[in-house]
Amino acid sequence: MLNTQPHLQACDDFYEALIAAHQGLSAPESHAMNARLVLLLANHIGDHAALLQALELARGTAPQGTAERQSITPVAPTHAAA
Amino acid sequence: MNPRDIPPAAFHASGAEVQALEFGYVRSPDQDGDAPALHPVVIVGAGPVGLSLAIDLAQRGQRVVVLDNDHKLSIGSRAICFSKRTLEIWDRLGVGQRMVDKGVSWNVGKVFLKDAQLYEFNLLPEEGHERPAFINLQQYYAEAYLVERALQLPGIDIRWHNKVTTVAQRADGALLTIDTPDGPYQIDAQWVAACDGSRSPVRQMLGLESKGRIFQDRFLIADVRLRGDADFPTERWFWFDPPFHPGQSVLLHRQPDNVWRIDFQLGWDADPEEEKKPENILPRVKALLGADAQFDLDWASVYTFACLRMDSFVHSRVVFAGDSAHGVSPFGARGANSGVQDAENLAWKLHWVLTGRAGPALLATYGPEREYAADENLRNSTRATDFITPKSEASRLFRDAVLHLARDHAFARRIVNSGRLSVPATLSESPLNTPDADRFAGTLAPGAVLPDAPLTRQGRATWLLRELGPDFTLLVFGPVPAWAAALPQVHVLQMGVDVQDTQGLAAQRLDGQAGTAYLVRPDQHVCARWRTPTEAAVRAALARATAHEETRPC
Repeated sequence: MLNTQPHLQACDDFYEALIAAHQGLSAPESHAMNARLVLLLANHIGDHAALLQALELARGTAPQGTAERQSITPVAPTHAAA
Repeated sequence: MNPRDIPPAAFHASGAEVQALEFGYVRSPDQDGDAPALHPVVIVGAGPVGLSLAIDLAQRGQRVVVLDNDHKLSIGSRAICFSKRTLEIWDRLGVGQRMVDKGVSWNVGKVFLKDAQLYEFNLLPEEGHERPAFINLQQYYAEAYLVERALQLPGIDIRWHNKVTTVAQRADGALLTIDTPDGPYQIDAQWVAACDGSRSPVRQMLGLESKGRIFQDRFLIADVRLRGDADFPTERWFWFDPPFHPGQSVLLHRQPDNVWRIDFQLGWDADPEEEKKPENILPRVKALLGADAQFDLDWASVYTFACLRMDSFVHSRVVFAGDSAHGVSPFGARGANSGVQDAENLAWKLHWVLTGRAGPALLATYGPEREYAADENLRNSTRATDFITPKSEASRLFRDAVLHLARDHAFARRIVNSGRLSVPATLSESPLNTPDADRFAGTLAPGAVLPDAPLTRQGRATWLLRELGPDFTLLVFGPVPAWAAALPQVHVLQMGVDVQDTQGLAAQRLDGQAGTAYLVRPDQHVCARWRTPTEAAVRAALARATAHEETRPC
């Protein structure tokens, strides 16, 4: 289960450190750093159900399913004539 | 030339000669009959899937007609990676050793980011299996050996230049109209196996569809034949964003005859006509191999792909197998390999139904079992493709984050996905399985392929999978109960008596203890197991595995 109760040891210190970590980065660099951060924290948490719950809470809506299967006949793979 | 007059040496010839083989049209007596001839099984398509199915059925004593609209083997190397499971199936069909002897065996893959290795993986990290994780072998060689084997079996009638033009389905069969150089004729099939490839004319004739996702990316395959020695080992090498092909991915594979398959991601905007011109391919290859490399371009193709499948693989008496039923991206070697597994699943069920050993309910289980396997292959193939060619900004952001972290962190290396390579599906949800009532250690479960293990028989080396019977096998550790000999279509294999588990690996892999018994299907999947089998339990499991609605009283 995802813990959404107060759990940070020093919330103001962490928040300050989080903002400071992005200092001097461009927006794309910040996005890239955030992505790495998400992956590092996700691995630390490990629990699959908790991570799925976090994804749902973060998005705020039910996630979209994977792309629906649509008809695409006639089909690939298409090897062009050699 | 009449295919039966082709000298055996022609099937052992060079790649160019094998690709030049032509199978002549031979008029069939069916074309002169007053009424359409009746055939139990007609297979449409003489590719790896159709040929494997034909050989399996013929070895079981069935009479099979194979129709192919062409008269040649695969042109180009195409499907080059054949998996351990495919080789085990081909061993049963009498061609596995041929494939391994010619093929290039490999187990190790390496993944690079830019010019640095991220990690390497071994797809067969343990000893004690007869076959390697993969061999690489040009598809035309694989087909040549299958055709040669098929021509040795009197039950197989391969008809080249025979193009199916209409399929009229009935409740108990289908009437096929076939075009030939002599004009059209008809045959009546009890069962039709459509192994006619991704564009499947049979599927289209029946108004059926394969549904899925097209990936908006283009890839260039270049097969190059090196002059002199290459420095590359026999491994699968995959680069993300290499210096010689920035911003895209590249895959390198070794094939027999000193030929190397190089697969360049090009992006969706690439012009396929331009990209397949030799003057545009050569600089790309030289960027990888070095400006001094001496090589000849053997074959090139620009391709796109889709991940898709039919909703159902069984349509009354027409059954779909291989690419006609499902398509995957090439990352994972799950196309031809899953098709050969389709064939193996279908062959024994067709045989059981045709011989009256089981009813149509058994054949019907081919659909859900192989649809389940197709979904597993599609899932793995789609995930790899999404990682290799991210299709949204967020997808690329996280992909790049994973690659960045992978240099220093083992957890991220596990997320890197350059293709999760083909392993046979564990049919864990199959209604043909009898769920475990006893406790077994390890991850093996009913529905899985029986793992191989080295054994000896009368002092000579053999392998567990080689010792299984063509029908069901009851594998027993310890004394065999007296009633086992009377079980129908069951070969009893007694560990310690018929064969010796000298290295203890069979007992280890199967958690075999005194009294333990495994019931193995004709396609070598485990369907039931016990610590102390009773006759009633084994007969009930056999009835279940052959889709008999009622278990017979004992």
